[in-house]
Amino acid sequence: MSLRRRRHALPGFGLTLGLSLAYLALIVLIPLAALALKSATIGPLAFWAAVSSPRALAAYRVTFGCAAIAGLINLVLGPLLAWVLVRYRFPGRKLIDALVDLPFALPTAVAGITLTALYASNGWLGRWIEAAGWKIAYTPAGITIALTFVSLPFLVRSVQPVLEQLEPDIEEAAATLGAGRLATLAKVILPTLWPAILTGFALAFARAVGEYGSVIFIAGNLPMVSEIAPLLIVAKLDAFDYAGATAIAVVLLLASFVALFLINVLQLWTVRRRSAEAR
Amino acid sequence: MKSPRTWLIGVLVAGVLSGLAGLLSAMTAKPAVAPAASPEATEIELLNVSYDPTREFYKDFNEAFAKHWKESHPDDNLAIEQSHGGSGKQARAVIDGLEADIVTLALAYDIDALAAHGGLVPNDWQKRLPDNAAPYTSTIVFLVRKGNPKAIRDWDDLAKPGVGVITPNPKTSGGARWNYLAAWGFAAKKYGGDAGAKDFVAKVYRNVLVLDTGARGATTTFVERGQGDVLIAWENEALLALGEAGGKGFEIVAPSISILAEPPVSVVDKVVDRRGTRKVAEAYLRYLYSPEGQEIAAKDGYRPRDANVAAKYAGKFPRLAMFTVDDTFGGWQKAQATHFADGGTFDQIYASGR
Repeated sequence: MSLRRRRHALPGFGLTLGLSLAYLALIVLIPLAALALKSATIGPLAFWAAVSSPRALAAYRVTFGCAAIAGLINLVLGPLLAWVLVRYRFPGRKLIDALVDLPFALPTAVAGITLTALYASNGWLGRWIEAAGWKIAYTPAGITIALTFVSLPFLVRSVQPVLEQLEPDIEEAAATLGAGRLATLAKVILPTLWPAILTGFALAFARAVGEYGSVIFIAGNLPMVSEIAPLLIVAKLDAFDYAGATAIAVVLLLASFVALFLINVLQLWTVRRRSAEAR
Repeated sequence: MKSPRTWLIGVLVAGVLSGLAGLLSAMTAKPAVAPAASPEATEIELLNVSYDPTREFYKDFNEAFAKHWKESHPDDNLAIEQSHGGSGKQARAVIDGLEADIVTLALAYDIDALAAHGGLVPNDWQKRLPDNAAPYTSTIVFLVRKGNPKAIRDWDDLAKPGVGVITPNPKTSGGARWNYLAAWGFAAKKYGGDAGAKDFVAKVYRNVLVLDTGARGATTTFVERGQGDVLIAWENEALLALGEAGGKGFEIVAPSISILAEPPVSVVDKVVDRRGTRKVAEAYLRYLYSPEGQEIAAKDGYRPRDANVAAKYAGKFPRLAMFTVDDTFGGWQKAQATHFADGGTFDQIYASGR
């Protein structure tokens, strides 16, 4: 043997890696490459015109803004829900645990229609909200609610396993060392959860940016006001402008990628800093 | 290196993959005319890809045509599938490979697209059948709430401040394009040409509360969700809404002038020739023009072309002045480029700020 081969403890490394790569290429990389290629067929000027028109810019504002707000809402309430599910035992806990996944399972159009029926001015919730002088359905607020709904599971499900690993002993130890409850939360629990919360937020945000089915019913879809970027893509496709549609899709894809990348970097940084502190 | 286990996994994976491939090919390529067990009996499947509000009409029509076909071809077992959605979306699905034998869409532009992208139909498809290949027509009317509280009588009332208008997005809905052109045509005649029309249409769209992606969605928003004071709608869609359970709360208002909407039909040549369904598909379209087909269309809210049937249902369809896309806008290709393409008048309305 001229080459030194590292033996893996587990057999089948070559086979499984090959299959994984082939699978990844087939399911993810080839479609993404096709997307990029198609958008490149219109040339840089037309591409820029398609992605930077005032309507497109307004649509990005709505999409990214609402997705970020939805992510932030879940950033606070998702971990809280996870905390309740992990730390307390109460009747119906298993049921609530299962309910958290429903936004994953429910067809998004069903979610959208249901939310619209609830929040429209003649709906169960909408009539009270309207009486108070607010309007949710057919405004960006409605979009945010739909996005909050579909992205909730990401926060809960990414924080939950970490919380489960976090022994209550640590909190007790912190208490015996004289930390108050807030100090325990801020100095012990949150730093441990932070990477998981960030991951959850990034996933929630990326999911919300691409969401179409549930939003379209509640959005109102007025250009410059409540038109989301995915609708712009659909509108371009309906006009047989395939390249223009993919141009906007590329922008959404890049934004999601950058968000995921930044959050990964941030996560790495917090983990490093924590281990440095621990040393 | 090759332990029995790796082999086993490899074989399993190969098995699963080939199984998947087989499944895929079985799902995608199905011959339509497959000889069945007995030598004479033939199974025929037809797919009619249509636009949003024709669900009810084609459900009734398919039943009638299946019966009609059975009478002359007792050995055939004909199954007709229908698919509905926004007209442009449906055309795109057919371009992208949905195997439609027949398309019955909301506007000629979308069937033109089948000719332009992939040559699924010949360029002169619209000349193959009478009446611009539109066996029934419709027009654009208003649906208002019972008692017409905002006193909406004509297009002008839609531009008044404080009137909430519901109409779908012309970018994604064929019906909405008819709505838009109807308003434009009215204003061009009344306010002297395109400049006046653009101002007027901009005012109307400033009153739009919700811009749904399709005609059916807009009807739901107006009828079920209680949004807005007036729905600009297909006449057949408005009649249907009146006929439904909640329909008592609404009235139809016919404007002084509207557009003659001609939803065209065609066989998809590339598909019918490959699947061997041309004969039955063409018979299907001809049956639309027959007195029976016209009667069903009239019952389901479409204006029949047949003079006798039209006379019979005269009470259902108010007489109003109508202009066509061809005489007022120079055909669909031009109308699309001027009004609905990127940077067209519809985009300009929203770009100029609200």
